[in-house]
Amino acid sequence: MKKLTGWASAALLSSTALASAEGVVNLYNWGNYTNPEILERFTAETGIEVTLTDFDSNDTALARIRQGGHGFDIVVPSDTYIDTWVSEGLIQPLDREIVTNLGNIAPQWVDVPFDPGREYTVPWAWGTTGVIVDTSVYSGDVNNIELIIDPPAELQGRINVIPEMSDVMAMTIYYHGGERCTTDQDTLRAVRDTLMSAKPHWLALDYGAVDSYAAGDFAAGIYWNGASMRVRLQNDNFVYGYPATGYPIWMDNAAVLSDAPNPENAMKFINFVLQPEIAALISNFARYSNGVTGSEEFMDEEMRDAPEINVPAEQAEAGRWGQACPQDVNNIHTQIWTELMQ
Amino acid sequence: MRGHGWKWLLCTPALIVLVLAASGPLLIVAVYSFLSPGNMGGVVWEFSLEAWFRVFFRRDIFEPDQVAWNTAHLQVFWRSIWLSLQTTFICAFLGFPTAWFIATRPRHTRTIWLFLITIPFWTNLLIRTFAIQEMIRNNGTINAVLIWTGVIDSPIQMMFSEFAVLLGMAYVFLPLMVLPLYAAMEKMDFSLVEAGYDLYASRLNVLWHIILPQVKPGFIAGSILVFIPAIGAYVTPRILGGGRTMMLGNLIALQFGQGRNWPLGAALALLMLVMVVGALIFYLRVVGRSDGVRRG
Repeated sequence: MKKLTGWASAALLSSTALASAEGVVNLYNWGNYTNPEILERFTAETGIEVTLTDFDSNDTALARIRQGGHGFDIVVPSDTYIDTWVSEGLIQPLDREIVTNLGNIAPQWVDVPFDPGREYTVPWAWGTTGVIVDTSVYSGDVNNIELIIDPPAELQGRINVIPEMSDVMAMTIYYHGGERCTTDQDTLRAVRDTLMSAKPHWLALDYGAVDSYAAGDFAAGIYWNGASMRVRLQNDNFVYGYPATGYPIWMDNAAVLSDAPNPENAMKFINFVLQPEIAALISNFARYSNGVTGSEEFMDEEMRDAPEINVPAEQAEAGRWGQACPQDVNNIHTQIWTELMQ
Repeated sequence: MRGHGWKWLLCTPALIVLVLAASGPLLIVAVYSFLSPGNMGGVVWEFSLEAWFRVFFRRDIFEPDQVAWNTAHLQVFWRSIWLSLQTTFICAFLGFPTAWFIATRPRHTRTIWLFLITIPFWTNLLIRTFAIQEMIRNNGTINAVLIWTGVIDSPIQMMFSEFAVLLGMAYVFLPLMVLPLYAAMEKMDFSLVEAGYDLYASRLNVLWHIILPQVKPGFIAGSILVFIPAIGAYVTPRILGGGRTMMLGNLIALQFGQGRNWPLGAALALLMLVMVVGALIFYLRVVGRSDGVRRG
């Protein structure tokens, strides 16, 4: 990773030196997330060169930008972190003279709790965390988190859970009727007990498991919607479920950094990706929805009506935004998680 | 001897790099472990012993007045140490015959054998680990062959087990044991072995009193080279073990990531360093007291 970043910054330096008349824009985004075609088309249309540098977590991105001297123009943090980026003055309001495509954002993604009215950010991609089940092993209702935290006999010992503390804690807290950052002792106690008794039934806590599901190593798990779709494309026994007691929705959002060296180009780039045709390129590459109206018709066919990508109306209610919990609550979560994984 | 004074200067560039690149960050880690966690990662400059307290002790989640040993942390520490010890032992056990075989080949073929030992280093660790996974997974190569030949009916669950982790660790670290062992054996005085046999020593006696003392420096170097990186091993246990349990590396990473408690992460990292250095000193004192053969 370090090497990769090194190369990327070397590329960044050299491209700054060779900048064309229209200049450059430096994009700092999640790894394996940016469709290179978007960058090519932007350069072809505007003459502005784009450099791309990867990060691997919200914490990495935040730590790096806080240090200063990064030279980036655009960053793409997740919803739960936007509040920190704004309150620390790390990102600047959108220039509505340049970002004229704001109206293309789908109505349900405009007044989001982390950026009401889209003052600072625009949607890049969004998704959900739910459960994935092999229907040849278990044939009941899949919109149920109990399959993972209180699994039926046929799934026991064949479950994989993504090792994401926030997602696992959130789904278990919702199951016990709590709010995301609840301080209610009884709820948290129930959450811990549920997780502790579920753990013996879990075979693994693994991230990169698409092929492991498809190959039959796992029969169920907590997983992301885009990845679940990839599993289904390899093995159509798998179905993605939206737990009725509550499941997390997340969204990564593009924003212009306050100390961006090329703010104007950055605004142009943000405006560029809000076009339906370009937003569809994001989805076709990253396999997640993008939040721009009308982009569906430019998406790959297999994504357009995928049940993992298009949340069914009956299940939409149960989706909930994440939230960065206060440090004392987060400490409790970390402590439960450490106990779980000890 | 004269001239020593200025020759010493030759290593100053290396020393400067070492001091800046090793001590600098270490000092920052040490300072951070005595500060308070910042909002969403980072630290705030308020002195606090909370991180060190949390390394060893735990307030009950629901009864903050009840303080007990932090068994979760201790268990993770012990798991990492135990895994490293097992890895070192397996590597020594497998590495000794391998190194012996190479050292006893004719001089011109030894290079080829050594060359073969280094082949795994040509490929990225992650890729090698995934290759092992491909072999031992439920519908992987080994199970497929065993089922095809009728030895077993249903696949043996090898992935996500301690066996898988040890297999991967031994595979990754074996060359680090073989190479120093070979280096020690190559320098070994084989006429002493002959002398031993001439004096009617049994094979075991020759091994114990003549060979082992001579290759001891190799064992020491090999054990250190295996044990220390094994303690921080992260990728192999995670992939092959399935990540059901945390290793020290995972525990520290958790504090810098989702735990958002950098001081605690820094304290855990420092403690790991202290333990490694302590283990090293202990090991060198006990095992390395006499260097090589006693020549009378």
